[in-house]
Amino acid sequence: MIYILKNRILKGIVTRNIDPFLARKTEIAGRELKSLIRKNFGRSLDLREVDTGSCGACESEIISANNPFYDLQRFGVNFVASPRHADALLVTGPVAKNMFLALQKTYQAMPEPKFVITCGDCALDGGLFKDSYYVCQAVKDILPVALHIPGCPPKPAVIIQQLLAFLKQKQV
Amino acid sequence: MDGAEVISLIKKSLPDFSALLVSQDYRDEIYLKVSPQVFQATALALHKILSSPVMMLFALDERNSAGVFVINAVFVNSKEGQWIIVSMDLSQENPVFDSLAKSIHSASLFEREIWEMFGITPQGNPDLRRLNLHDEVWPKGNFPLRKDFKTMMPGDLGEYKFNRVEGGGVFEIPVGPVHAGIIGPGHFHFSVAGEPIVNLELRLGFTHRGVEKLFEGKSFFDALRLVECISGETAFAYSVAFATAAEKISGIVTLEKTAYLRGIFLELERMYNHVNDIGGIALDVGFSFPAAYAALIKEAILQLNERLTGNRYLKKVNLIGGLALDLDESKKCVLFDALKKIKNDFNELVKMLDSSVSFMDRVDTTGVLIKKTAQDLGIVGLVARASGIPTDLRKYFPGIYQEAKFKMIPAEGGDVLSRLRLRFFEFMESCRLIEEFTVKLGGSAETKVSAPAKPETSALGYVEGWRGPVLCYLKTDVHGLIARCKIVDASSHNWQGLTYAVLGNIIPDFPVCNKSFNLSYPGNDL
Ligand code: SF4
Repeated sequence: MIYILKNRILKGIVTRNIDPFLARKTEIAGRELKSLIRKNFGRSLDLREVDTGSCGACESEIISANNPFYDLQRFGVNFVASPRHADALLVTGPVAKNMFLALQKTYQAMPEPKFVITCGDCALDGGLFKDSYYVCQAVKDILPVALHIPGCPPKPAVIIQQLLAFLKQKQV
Repeated sequence: MDGAEVISLIKKSLPDFSALLVSQDYRDEIYLKVSPQVFQATALALHKILSSPVMMLFALDERNSAGVFVINAVFVNSKEGQWIIVSMDLSQENPVFDSLAKSIHSASLFEREIWEMFGITPQGNPDLRRLNLHDEVWPKGNFPLRKDFKTMMPGDLGEYKFNRVEGGGVFEIPVGPVHAGIIGPGHFHFSVAGEPIVNLELRLGFTHRGVEKLFEGKSFFDALRLVECISGETAFAYSVAFATAAEKISGIVTLEKTAYLRGIFLELERMYNHVNDIGGIALDVGFSFPAAYAALIKEAILQLNERLTGNRYLKKVNLIGGLALDLDESKKCVLFDALKKIKNDFNELVKMLDSSVSFMDRVDTTGVLIKKTAQDLGIVGLVARASGIPTDLRKYFPGIYQEAKFKMIPAEGGDVLSRLRLRFFEFMESCRLIEEFTVKLGGSAETKVSAPAKPETSALGYVEGWRGPVLCYLKTDVHGLIARCKIVDASSHNWQGLTYAVLGNIIPDFPVCNKSFNLSYPGNDL
């Protein structure tokens, strides 16, 4: 603890220049996202993530979108622990048979109004796994999907931009 | 070691042992075909002689070509960097074999898998509950990995029975498959007496996507894309394991440069995952500042990956016979530059964690997996090393790692702290290896060698991924397409370790124990 505090005082604010260009782009998109969320969702958009058979890279990128570099939370997007607190469901992966029920139950547990976002190519139509004996139909055939975020996995910047584009389009 | 030596070793414990066939198509693979009567005894003997867990145990459906089911058990001879594959044919009329699980714990889950996927019975296995094909959704009598399986036939559904712990004050806590965080799905069934956990049972298989069936009939080229999508944060290691098997089958001798490039990317993958876990361990005990710091280091490595290869998770980088890209001088500079910053940041992170007494107090002696238990369970990879078992394919198999004098320092404690410290150490060692490999990298402008896949040939590909060994057994059909592809992730061995490590700990410490293992759901479920 003392080490951290000492460092904090000695070094001041340390900003890390990982990729200044990307950071600026994120900042600009994020600001706009924030104002839209302020208007439409009363300050925060709460997402609940469900993995229905993803490879884990989609999760990793969603987590990355919350790291201090992108920090999705500062724009008003929160990831919540319970579907009861969520405005939208974020689904990753093809729908494996074993997860079908869990997906439905999670959706049912959410309060209205609610919508569904799919994240990653697998969640669109099963991707590489769509012909498997153990993969159900696409998420959009099970639940009403409002937005798809493409990519394998979608980069954090793409996740932010897609959310922004979606909310903008809802405006008009 | 050659086939004859293996046989004479086995003869020491089984005097009248004889094999039906011994062959060695590749330096690092010895293949023994034995009769079903001696299969169990042979496996047991090799398990003892080599002190190797059952690294793989899987079936092949060869009823069309030979009228039999084949069962292969794979052991590792770490002293000489070799794999020993024991194989037997089972008649299709009565597909039954003597269970190994009674004597070798590490065979147990594999046998359950063979049973549910092929309908071959391991006689005497004490626990034949299904793993991936959940009873609630998959009717009885459907065996998807049999070649004649087309679609699921309706039938009786069943129910999964958890082991019960009964007694005064014992209560159960079921958790999952959907968890509170952004992670994969799995079900944890805790039995708790007062505070301490007295039993933990895992139910996995939620991300089962039928990957092994999808491989059938695919060309190597198409299959490679699928391999990378099995377990996303180990994508590169999977692709290397698959590519090495495919290269052996095609008779490709890769360029020296390929080994170095693969080494560099493997270590980058290890680094971003290790730092991710270090951050995760800090986060799970509520120490969020270092966790945020670790997340930044991970982001820096992912962005470095992207600058070097165009992909943050190193997908589409590897090919059969080489790589899709090269590192030119300017990229090497980018790499060295980034590594320097990453190393500095990492040292800060380590100091931060080391200097916090309350953090150390939480991780020290938490979630202990003692060496004896780890050996009995057949634990592999990082978790095994943290429990004092010296095991690492990079150390024992000849190649660039041995030339680079790769250092392996097993920890002793087997607790969360040991697994954390081991990650500290391995992260820095990876930095050193990358630097060394990059300096040695040179040679021609070519990046790959190609050759067609030989029909009806098999080979084993392997690599030490960041969790531990990733193994891939490949066999081609008459057209040179894939007849069988079996992948075993370190997670399949290590999930059992977690259930022992948490015993006696309190539930609030479960997340940190789990994170210190950080095993894969999709890599296990396939
Ligand atoms: S879309 Fe790609 S990254 Fe996402 S779960 Fe599917 S395979 Fe993995």
